[in-house]
Amino acid sequence: MGEFKVHRIRFFNHMPSAIRVMAFNSHTERLVVARADGAVEIFNFADNYYQEKVIPGRDGKAVEALCWVGRRLFSAGLDGEITEYDLENLRPRNSMEAYGGPIWTISSNSQGTLLAAGCEDGTVKMFEVLEDRIQFQRNLSRQKGRIISLSWHPTGSQIAAGMLDMIKIFDAETGHATHRLLVERGLQRTSNSQEVVVWSVAFLSDHTIISGDSAGKVQIWDGITGTLVRTHLLTKWDVLVLAVSPDESSVIAGTSEGTVVQFQFISSTVDQQDKQWVRTRTFKSHSHDVRALVHTDTAVVSGGVDTQLVVRPLLDKVEKNTQESAMRKIIFPHRNLVSCAKKAGLLLFQFSDHLELWRLGESDGNGETRAHTRLTSNLRVGRFGEDNICCSALSPCGGWLAYATVSSVRLYRLQLDNNITPLVPLSRLQVSKLPKELNSVHQLSFSSDSSKLFASSILSSVIVASVKELECKYLHTFKPPSGEQPVHLLSPSEDGNWLATANTGGEIHVFDLHCSVPVCGSCPTAVSIHPFSCSLVSVHADQQIFEFSLKQKEFTAWSRKLQKQGMHPLWLQRDAPITRVTFNPNNPTHILLHDTSMFCIVDQILPLPEEKTRFYNQSVLQSLSLGERLRNSHAFKVYRNFQNLLCVDLMEDHSLVVVERPLLDIVSQLPAPVQQKKFAT
Amino acid sequence: MAALCEGYTLCGLVPAQNRLCSGLRGIEEERDSDHVIVTESTRCATLYKVSDQKPLSSWTVKQGQSLTSSAVFNTKTSEYVAVSDNKVIRIWKEEDILLDKAFKATVSADVWMVHCPRGGEPVVLFQRGDVRLLDSLLAAPHQPVQEVLAQEESIRWSTSIVTEMQQMVIFTTELKGDHFLCLQRLNPNSLQRYHLEREEPGLSPLSFSTSYRDKHICLLYLYPNGHVYESLISVRGSGAGEGSEALSLPRSLILSLPVGDDLLEAAAAVVLDDAHVAVVGVPHPCAGPGKDFLCIWNTNFQTLQAGKEMAGKLYGQLWSYSNKLFIPHGKTLSVIPFACPKSCLASALGKLKQARAEDSRPPALVPSWNNILHGEKHQPPKTAEIRKTVSWITDEDMCLLQTASAEEVKKEVEGLLTRQDVQDLQLSLGQLAVTLVSRSLAEPAFYTPSTLQQLVHTQCLCHSICPDLVALALEKKDYFLCQLCLQFFPDIPEVITCACLKAFISLPDADAERLSLEPDGVSFMQILISREHDQVGLQNGFTSTSCEDEDAGSGQQRRRKDEENARNPPEPVCPVGVHKAALINEVLQAAYSDTFLLPHLKDLSSQHVILFLQYLQFLYQQYSLEAFPQKHSFRSPSQNQVSWIGFACCWMLKAYCRTFTDLLIESSSCVQVKLFLQLGKIESSLQQINEMKVKEDVGAYSIEVIELF
Repeated sequence: MGEFKVHRIRFFNHMPSAIRVMAFNSHTERLVVARADGAVEIFNFADNYYQEKVIPGRDGKAVEALCWVGRRLFSAGLDGEITEYDLENLRPRNSMEAYGGPIWTISSNSQGTLLAAGCEDGTVKMFEVLEDRIQFQRNLSRQKGRIISLSWHPTGSQIAAGMLDMIKIFDAETGHATHRLLVERGLQRTSNSQEVVVWSVAFLSDHTIISGDSAGKVQIWDGITGTLVRTHLLTKWDVLVLAVSPDESSVIAGTSEGTVVQFQFISSTVDQQDKQWVRTRTFKSHSHDVRALVHTDTAVVSGGVDTQLVVRPLLDKVEKNTQESAMRKIIFPHRNLVSCAKKAGLLLFQFSDHLELWRLGESDGNGETRAHTRLTSNLRVGRFGEDNICCSALSPCGGWLAYATVSSVRLYRLQLDNNITPLVPLSRLQVSKLPKELNSVHQLSFSSDSSKLFASSILSSVIVASVKELECKYLHTFKPPSGEQPVHLLSPSEDGNWLATANTGGEIHVFDLHCSVPVCGSCPTAVSIHPFSCSLVSVHADQQIFEFSLKQKEFTAWSRKLQKQGMHPLWLQRDAPITRVTFNPNNPTHILLHDTSMFCIVDQILPLPEEKTRFYNQSVLQSLSLGERLRNSHAFKVYRNFQNLLCVDLMEDHSLVVVERPLLDIVSQLPAPVQQKKFAT
Repeated sequence: MAALCEGYTLCGLVPAQNRLCSGLRGIEEERDSDHVIVTESTRCATLYKVSDQKPLSSWTVKQGQSLTSSAVFNTKTSEYVAVSDNKVIRIWKEEDILLDKAFKATVSADVWMVHCPRGGEPVVLFQRGDVRLLDSLLAAPHQPVQEVLAQEESIRWSTSIVTEMQQMVIFTTELKGDHFLCLQRLNPNSLQRYHLEREEPGLSPLSFSTSYRDKHICLLYLYPNGHVYESLISVRGSGAGEGSEALSLPRSLILSLPVGDDLLEAAAAVVLDDAHVAVVGVPHPCAGPGKDFLCIWNTNFQTLQAGKEMAGKLYGQLWSYSNKLFIPHGKTLSVIPFACPKSCLASALGKLKQARAEDSRPPALVPSWNNILHGEKHQPPKTAEIRKTVSWITDEDMCLLQTASAEEVKKEVEGLLTRQDVQDLQLSLGQLAVTLVSRSLAEPAFYTPSTLQQLVHTQCLCHSICPDLVALALEKKDYFLCQLCLQFFPDIPEVITCACLKAFISLPDADAERLSLEPDGVSFMQILISREHDQVGLQNGFTSTSCEDEDAGSGQQRRRKDEENARNPPEPVCPVGVHKAALINEVLQAAYSDTFLLPHLKDLSSQHVILFLQYLQFLYQQYSLEAFPQKHSFRSPSQNQVSWIGFACCWMLKAYCRTFTDLLIESSSCVQVKLFLQLGKIESSLQQINEMKVKEDVGAYSIEVIELF
């Protein structure tokens, strides 16, 4: 195979934001996650947990609560507004001020007609969900103290509200409080005077109310009589969140210690009817507070301050020892935050609020493996306005830089000077006048000759603009024959003839030919057009690889062979999606793929791995002689010594750029977790 | 948690003269759960109302006659059926007072038992194995009866059950020490024979019990050595192969009861539900050697749930009807109500669900390990039974393995290995290996290293199949075979792993280099050590040796070099040879649990410990060098493995610390001083690793060259 010069980069200080709240839509199997920076991410649980959509947040807009109403998504935050999102165009659709101070929680009734919001001023505000907006209906009787948590009874007739030191039950019809459940203050903490916060309540159909509070208790109440049935003391710290399984037989509670505790509604013996809530399992998947929980039919999904999304299947609900029963940790975004200018050797790192531009260093060129060379210069592009950056792109020549927020696009002309001393900072000029079509954009890309800018826009259209000498001119809009889902991948071909796009509906369109690739069930996670053979390689969330010949308009023989034989089980078992496909111009049969844990060169000439062949065979091959090596090698050459990869790309000089983000660095930037005694000393 | 309630006496008993037999022939349920009919082994059958502890009526046959089958109650006709003098079937109703005046019919052959399960019809099981429905038998009482069983075969136990589809009679037979289970289906009739696996020689099952659940008959049987086995038989079964050949019945050991010193004589086990078994005549694990206990065991969790001491002798008889146990003891028949609530926690935790999913699968009828292995262990030369299952190893082969010279055996095994048509490869190979190893142990002159290596290389063996193999290899100093075993056996016990370690460490380096070993491990070590030499030559990018040559005399240079050395500790030198290191690596990679390993590690002598620690230290330092991970090969211990065993060592030394200090005070031997020195070095190298990690993160950018193959 040969040697590669690798630029191994570990200075991209990408810091995922803490998970604040989650909501699961069991009909569409979509999980929505809101992070502390206000970004809202949508994961498709039916498609290998692929992160389909990301709506960036904005400054001062912290999302405190999320709620699905049918297929519509609402959020509320401490800015006091309720926002509905436009999931087709990846931006807020409309916002409405609730006039109750910061909103701590929102919850919709099971019919999806009403939305209740718990506010700082002690009111529960009811909003009617209309076709295109929500409309204020009335206030429930006003209480003293903020409303922290809300839960509807499944029939919609009552609503339970968690407050300070108490839980109130309201009649949804009359708006009056019918019960007041007093939650006692912490027993263990010294500050007995400190009020207890009911962080979460759950109202079950048999009128049982379950609450989790800041004194570390999970309490079970009888909602009809308003009496306390049972108290489980979980932790010295807070129980921050509760989630109920769809069949109401199991409840999970997330604590500040990073544990998730499961309670199940079971009887002590099989045939008896006297069921009670029994603490059964404890999961420890997090190092920090568990702030958000979802209980699906088969799994516990948790997230929190340590920024990881953890999906842990319940072993009594899934078959053991299958892929379904494996625990998933999603740490990095499923899209590219790094763009490389292949010709100029520049890297662009995208953060939520700024961009960084770096130039690759030079090695002394005699194969010295550990030569450190300083980066020549870097550039920070500040952000204008309050919105967070949603996408960015660097042209291959390194002359252009573009980024977009939800509301605007910015384009810069970079003036590079390679001849003079390398430490001179790059100068940049902003292109001030942009065509008006470029306003709402969720993906950007430059053509390989850096003369055109492609931008995916509303209604899954793609806008083409030419860029030249501080000028940007609108050329054309490509409209796909079908599809309303947003385009999340853009890949222009090397010769500039074609542009491949993929949207979250799973469709791939190739423009200039106006051909569509047959839709496969899974969403594409990376697409690219081969520079010589003009075939489109797409990798999907279910880890399948397809190669579609754009000339013959059919899947190539290799792709068919791969489908016929099937991927190797170990390839399918990987849990991170492939986020980039690149090609090696030196060797047209090589396809370079990477996910967060490995990069892989697929050699189309070599035989495909059989089910029984050793898949990760690099170390074996290394110890073999040349002839043996040829006989034992297979098409998938997986290199796993680089971990936590955010980008692997091939530059024009055939050196590899590898951007790593060690997990330890992320952990070291997290706040300190709650203190726990480890040893009984 | 199951519980035994306070019992009460149902009736007195008249035990036989020798007090071995309770004098009870059987107890059958009558019209409801509160009525039972008790048949004595002499002449009398009595109907009791259990809750009142009172006989309702009693029937006796004439003097000189005796009841030879326990009376059963036919719920459909409200009639009682019993057999007297083996051939006379008697049928009467409750209002009949005198048995002699009731209906009787003489049949042509001896009857073993009449069964009438609830919801079924009465069936008659003849002593020779034929089964007839009572109605059809009475239509022509003298009809000829078939000889189903072989000449010397006799029935030991029988029962009848009704499933959704049909009624069936189950009985077990014994033929020359072999036990069989016969499953006779009625309407349409079909007979299936199963062969029960042999327990230790001379042991026959003491009691049987059946239950029916999830379309499977569950047969539970107790052996005198306290083993309780369970076999599942699908009621659908295979119509083919009917009657022709006895299938082997797979079994699983569900309980191993404590039996004390001698074997059980009069004991019985009865299924209560799918998780509980009642046992009589087995000692209570917490209460001395007496066997007069009634216990309930939970088979899911292997726990004793309830126990009760019974007054008087137990006869190994136990019946269970609707939450009541009937147990004859001493001179009384007692009734003991019990409760077996099903635990819900298990189902909540997903334990029951998995178990159930496995249960519902029909058990595959394959020969089990026990048959081959345990049978073999106790009587190594006897192969008759094995030949049945391991069909491809013929008599001649076995003979040859036992007697032929090493070369012939080698050829023979090679021949066998090349055959493609082998079905139970693991069984057969295990069989081969066991034979070879036992012969090698018996005859010191006989040893076939290459053949054993070949067998191990098939990866079909494991330590449990052939437990003496590693010991044999150690004894014969066949370290290559040891290496292979360590690589391929997942289940080597820690004591053997440690014995290997000891042998490897004490092996002189010169001898070790002469060994031919598995090349992968050796090449890994070569890379590691050659790297080490390179590093010495090319420290920090310049050749220190050439510097030294130029300015050998310059004190300043030397001082600078010393300073440098003080800053960067000198490169370690591998304390053992390549081959020896490769062997030790295999030990490091073997599966072990540190709690079990520790006691054996303590057996190492202090010189060996020092050498071992030095080697571990060397590995540490090699691993902690940054560029190292790319040189990993397939057979290289991971850093974790190295650190684990290192910690284990430290732990062990800590445990011995006091002894060592004592030793130090007494002898001030320099060996112990060295030992502590090494410990200190390990500690510092551990710290170095941590520091290096931090350094790695600081270096946020590097240009490297990697190679893909």
